[in-house]
Amino acid sequence: MIELIGVHKGFGAKQVLRGVDLSIARGESMVVIGGSGTGKSVLLKCILGLLEPDAGRILLDGQDVREAERDAFLARFGMLFQGGALFDSLPVWQNVAFRLLRGRLKRPRAEAREIAVEKLRRVGLGPEVADLLPAELSGGMQKRVGLARAIAAEPEIIFFDEPTTGLDPIMAGVINELIREIVTEMGATAMTITHDMSSVRAIADKVAMLHAGKIRWSGPVAQMDASGDPYLDQFIHGRAEGPIETLR
Amino acid sequence: MSRALYRLSAPLAALGRSALGLLAAIGRVTLYAFEALSHIFRPPFYPREFAAALLNVGWLSLPVVGLTALFTGGALALQIHAGGERFSAEAVVPQIVAIGIVRELGPVLVGLMIAARVTSSIAAEIATMRVTEQIDALVTLSTHPMKYLTAPRLLAGLLVVPALVAVGDVIGIYGGFLVSTGSLGFAPGSYIQNTWDFLTRADIASSLAKGAAFGFIATLMGCYHGMQSGRGAQGVGRATKASVEAAAVLILAANFLLTNIFFAA
Repeated sequence: MIELIGVHKGFGAKQVLRGVDLSIARGESMVVIGGSGTGKSVLLKCILGLLEPDAGRILLDGQDVREAERDAFLARFGMLFQGGALFDSLPVWQNVAFRLLRGRLKRPRAEAREIAVEKLRRVGLGPEVADLLPAELSGGMQKRVGLARAIAAEPEIIFFDEPTTGLDPIMAGVINELIREIVTEMGATAMTITHDMSSVRAIADKVAMLHAGKIRWSGPVAQMDASGDPYLDQFIHGRAEGPIETLR
Repeated sequence: MSRALYRLSAPLAALGRSALGLLAAIGRVTLYAFEALSHIFRPPFYPREFAAALLNVGWLSLPVVGLTALFTGGALALQIHAGGERFSAEAVVPQIVAIGIVRELGPVLVGLMIAARVTSSIAAEIATMRVTEQIDALVTLSTHPMKYLTAPRLLAGLLVVPALVAVGDVIGIYGGFLVSTGSLGFAPGSYIQNTWDFLTRADIASSLAKGAAFGFIATLMGCYHGMQSGRGAQGVGRATKASVEAAAVLILAANFLLTNIFFAA
């Protein structure tokens, strides 16, 4: 469904992606892991068209994403941002129903609110939250609202950018379970980027490790522990010693 | 020899780099302005965003605009009276207050107040949205940031700042009237008559045209610098500062240009 072929991206003299090849099948949950600053978010933004790759191709159902009609392309995606990226000036329900209040998916206001409340319920938040402003919510609640917004228009593909960053382990576990449940029940294709190994084990069907601007290893999550790749081993076990250079 | 040549040419090279940087910045702002203007006329439109921008730029700026104009009009009347006394020209206070406020001080002070109040808040808001990935979120939700954030604010600036200037002009003249009739011995009826007789339609038109230009500049600079913000709190701070500086300087430069166009005979 999503295929990346030789994707390169740099910022000035710094080359972040150096030829990424990756494919994600329809309905699959792919988790991309890698250390901080290895270009995971850049990869995700390149797929969405928020950043333009310097070289390489990104295909969605065989079509180059640069040739796709932008609105129709984006309508297929939902995204949960690392910090939630909720709009401060809008109440929670309008954040969730943002896509349903404008553009090609526009619905009547009352119906959009009804859908927003239902999506909030799906992520474990009651209707009393609907009229609050994002600043009135805890970090965990903001993540849930972000998740509700990502699934509000029932997209085919959902991206999760560091879904558990900044959450306590219990809340992280709750969010991981929610993501897994929602992706399974919607039959959506999911791509998650994280360096949280509990997220990887909870969410992934397949795992890809990004290192030095390339996919170092990819395969089913069940094979991750026995990969035999020293880079992957060091990363998943969180060892300071190993081939991946660390700053001390 | 080559080291001496290098030392001599280094300041020139720095000057050249600055000039190129300035030209590139002017080019970027111009392209941004044209793109933003084109989005004003192309659907989809966001009436709620436009209404919110009208409220923020116009209605909520009224107190600061009104107070600025009131005190400036009063001070201007005192200055003209004190200066006019030297050559027995105290009687021209109503006319000079009117022309000073309507042609120059009204639009310029309203423009600068809008730069301080609105440009800074637009830049800080959009820069924060940039830093917290809200702009990226807008894009993924199939919403063009230029249409949703910039176009409504620009349109509000274009339409509502002339109205603010008109209000400022009236209040400024009223400030001069209060001081003149309260402490300088002018008769209220003749003060108003003199003011009314002296002002021409061209004065009022120039005032409103300046208001539209300054409103456009103030909102454009807020949006542009907000969108260009760097990362973190420092990025937001820099964007806000740069937006107000650019708006203030451009408003004063545009005022000179427009005054030349309207009044240089």
